Amino acid sequence: MAAIDTQARPVFHVEDLTKVYVTGEVEVRALNGVDMTLYEGEMAVLLGPSGSGKSTLLNIIGGLDQATDGRVEFEGEDMTAFGARQLTRFRRRNVGFVFQFYNLIPSLTAWENVALVTEIARDPMTPEEALAMVDLSDRMTHFPAQLSGGEQQRVAIARAIAKRPEVLLCDEPTGALDSKTGVVVLEALTRVNAEFGTTTAIITHNAATRRIADRVFHFHDGKIVQMVVNENPVPPSEVVW
Amino acid sequence: MEILDRKLLRDLGRLWAQVLAVALVMACGVMTLILALGATRSLEETRAAFYERYLFGNVFATANRAPEHLKAGLTAIEGVAAVETRIVKSLILDIEGMVEPAAALAVSLPDFGEPSVNRLYIRRGRLPEPTRPGEVAVVETFAEAHGFAPGDTFGALINGKKRQLTITGIVLSPEFIYAIGPGDMVPDQRRYGILFMSRSALEAAFDMTGAFNDVSLTVLRNADMDRIIEAVDERLDRYGGAGAHDRDDQISHAFLQAELDQLQAMAGVIPPIFLFISAFLVNMILSRLIALEREQIGLLKAVGFSSLHVAWHYAKLVIVICAIGLVIGGIAGSWVGGALTRLYGEFFSFPFLVFAHSADLFFIAGAVTVAAALAGAASAIRSVVVLPPAVAMRPPAPARYHTLGIGLGALHSVFSQLTTMALRHLWRRPVRTGLTTLGTSFSVGLLVTALFSFDSIDYMIDQIFFQTAREDAAVTFAGDRHPDALRALADIEGVMRAEPFRQTPVTLTNRHVELRMVIEGLPRQTQLSRVLDVDAEPIVLPSSGLLLSERVADKLGLRVGDAVEVDFLSRENLTVSVPVAAVVQSYVGLTGYMNIAALDRLMREGARVSGARIKIDPDRLDDVYDAVKQTPGIASIALLRLSREQFRATIEQNVVISIVVYSVLAVIITFGVIYNSARIQLSERARELASLRVFGFTRAEVSSVLLVELGVVVALAQPLGWLIGYGFAWSVARGFESDLFRIPLVVDQATFATASLVVIAAGLFSALIVRRRIDRFDLIEVLKTRE
Repeated sequence: MAAIDTQARPVFHVEDLTKVYVTGEVEVRALNGVDMTLYEGEMAVLLGPSGSGKSTLLNIIGGLDQATDGRVEFEGEDMTAFGARQLTRFRRRNVGFVFQFYNLIPSLTAWENVALVTEIARDPMTPEEALAMVDLSDRMTHFPAQLSGGEQQRVAIARAIAKRPEVLLCDEPTGALDSKTGVVVLEALTRVNAEFGTTTAIITHNAATRRIADRVFHFHDGKIVQMVVNENPVPPSEVVW
Repeated sequence: MEILDRKLLRDLGRLWAQVLAVALVMACGVMTLILALGATRSLEETRAAFYERYLFGNVFATANRAPEHLKAGLTAIEGVAAVETRIVKSLILDIEGMVEPAAALAVSLPDFGEPSVNRLYIRRGRLPEPTRPGEVAVVETFAEAHGFAPGDTFGALINGKKRQLTITGIVLSPEFIYAIGPGDMVPDQRRYGILFMSRSALEAAFDMTGAFNDVSLTVLRNADMDRIIEAVDERLDRYGGAGAHDRDDQISHAFLQAELDQLQAMAGVIPPIFLFISAFLVNMILSRLIALEREQIGLLKAVGFSSLHVAWHYAKLVIVICAIGLVIGGIAGSWVGGALTRLYGEFFSFPFLVFAHSADLFFIAGAVTVAAALAGAASAIRSVVVLPPAVAMRPPAPARYHTLGIGLGALHSVFSQLTTMALRHLWRRPVRTGLTTLGTSFSVGLLVTALFSFDSIDYMIDQIFFQTAREDAAVTFAGDRHPDALRALADIEGVMRAEPFRQTPVTLTNRHVELRMVIEGLPRQTQLSRVLDVDAEPIVLPSSGLLLSERVADKLGLRVGDAVEVDFLSRENLTVSVPVAAVVQSYVGLTGYMNIAALDRLMREGARVSGARIKIDPDRLDDVYDAVKQTPGIASIALLRLSREQFRATIEQNVVISIVVYSVLAVIITFGVIYNSARIQLSERARELASLRVFGFTRAEVSSVLLVELGVVVALAQPLGWLIGYGFAWSVARGFESDLFRIPLVVDQATFATASLVVIAAGLFSALIVRRRIDRFDLIEVLKTRE
């Protein structure tokens, strides 16, 4: 998506979102009144220092966590009212996750890690197709221990996209990788975003990554302090860090 | 307290459920060890003290009628310390309020002074006066069964005359700690009693003045028993001596010894199983803890703790687990052991109990437990020592998995990815999977061992009471009679059938092996007392030749067709060679059968009967009982109908106790093994399982990975457990086997099924506890941390 298309359908709509963690006697306000809308097909990058609330927001819209206050809508539906069972179904059908540490199942091969998700999805692509999207057709029978970090992360991306999710949520997907490998991973993500129109949100510490995004959200102290529209996103191969 | 010790305490607190599960398994081992050895020692010391204080004999012999002057000759035998000659006779009793006749053994007491062998412990009252022939002292179990107190009276048929006897005292005898009536399988205190009467009373009643028919001797330390027995036999041979024997063949002693041997055997079998399993569990827990604390170990070493110091820290954790197990097991073992000793003390009539205080037992149990646990922990602790700090601070290399050796396609077509995960995880640690399976299979095995006794006893009851001894009663005459005596019995109204038998004591000799036993002569086609071959098919007794039970044939090394030398002990110098005609089945005693006509021929005394087995019209039972009580010449009567019930009741009571104990032990093992392995799997795979939750798998789906793993282990453990159980059952059956009785090895399918069901239920319960933890996964926490 070249530029922000205000005609696009909102996927997530977040209003005055608050999340308070109470650990012992300490109260941490991880999100403090966040308003945000993510549109269909856009590529959003969430930037900010550690503890600024990026991951908390991603976890809440991903259905891993629940807000203390405020409202989250997914395609017009109020997610704050979801119970555990509905959240599980929501994750199963609509969301693909990519994590910093890949979270592959060590006892399953690359193909099987993807098949794990396609087995429970409604209209998945085949594991072969998903792995081809991330250029891993020749590594399908390898176990995670036999793959490099970049390859493992690409398997994780293949696993996340194989069920054709509406949204792809990535928490520091390149955080554990060197820059060259990181670029390959980002290319896989942009390719999925372009080909399937999957709404993608990427959390990163790496400010250079903002250049591939349609919009960049800056977080600080549990708030979005700035939102920048990127008129000319560049392909990952042009990003240097 | 060192800071590291605080960590130790907190680790223990965190792992409390797993620690407790292992400690309980250890406690079972410690408990069974202390219980079995403690009770054995207490009972052995009690028995030794009773024997010593009450001068229990070392050599025993009987004769028909030996002159009293032989006593001097017996006393003169080298190595003999004391000799007590006695008159011992069987009586039929008629006790008010008891329809069926009771039997008793009347034993004479010297008219003056205490017996020099086999003294009595007087619980209440006094011994009978020689001047009052109607006075008796009775053994405590018999008195208790009838609620008798000194002063009470009962009727007895003494040498054909009805007499009223008055109880003067209640006593215990080292000779009759375990008293079992002739023809009975288990003691029946109500129907069989031991009476002590004055020598002069019995002399008069049985026309035995100046004679004796029973003698007991004590010997000096280091005496040559074989020579004494030989010398006694020489002197009694002419008077119908049935062969002297030592304590090993004394019924009461032999039964007690068999019981103690079994108790001791338990200490050799059960505790090692528990120690093995606890060692394995310790290994599992510690390996996991060390894997999780890898970076901490690296840090400790980096800041200057020595490898040994860190290793000692983990060893201490193991020792604390042992200590918990020892305390629980020690308390439970002492408590249950004490109760068991008291139970035995009541079952066997001991006048007192000596509790052996065995501090050394606790020490042994402690040392063995700690050693086994540390052996289990050794490999885990070793990994602490050899881990270089720099390596420890880095995360471990990712786990390597392998395909299961079957084609990828094959696996995928059968199993889901979740199941594949579970199976690969099992395959990755074959040793651990194997040991977990083995541990669980021990539970199944223990249960099979406990439950099979029911099957064997049922089979035995069927074989003994329905296939073999099908009579309602067995009547023994006072001495062998002319076959006319049978007619008198058959004429009693209500007796539907009477079959004679002739019993005679013999010594069988084959090459250098000798065996003292009784040969029983039976009619050719017996209906009431059938002889079965080894395949449990009835045999028609051949017109000549000897039929020997399997145990006798084994002991003597005889096969069908071999000749065996038979020395008839009741006839002077009568030894013949007889061929073995068949090997037959028998569960009680050492038995040999012959056609009664053939036996009569061999013994050259004409036709004789020792007694008869009778079938009674159930409606006329009381009439028959009455008639028996009036019939002179009947020495004893065994009521099979009642024996059957008594047998089942006595044995089942013991069996139920052991089943409860074994089941508790098996459930503890299952819980210890399954719960711990589930917890460890969960710890190792928390991230993986949480990831599955993130991808949208439901709790049930995620739990299924764990449940499939446990399910495979539990399923594999079943056939293995059946095999182990069958092996245990076999060794138990062998362990029980003695000259007195043996139990057949019969394990029903239902027993295997029940054992499996209990273990599966216990496994499921443990797995469900762990499942609850999956339900409470903190998804975000798990994803943020790096394994």
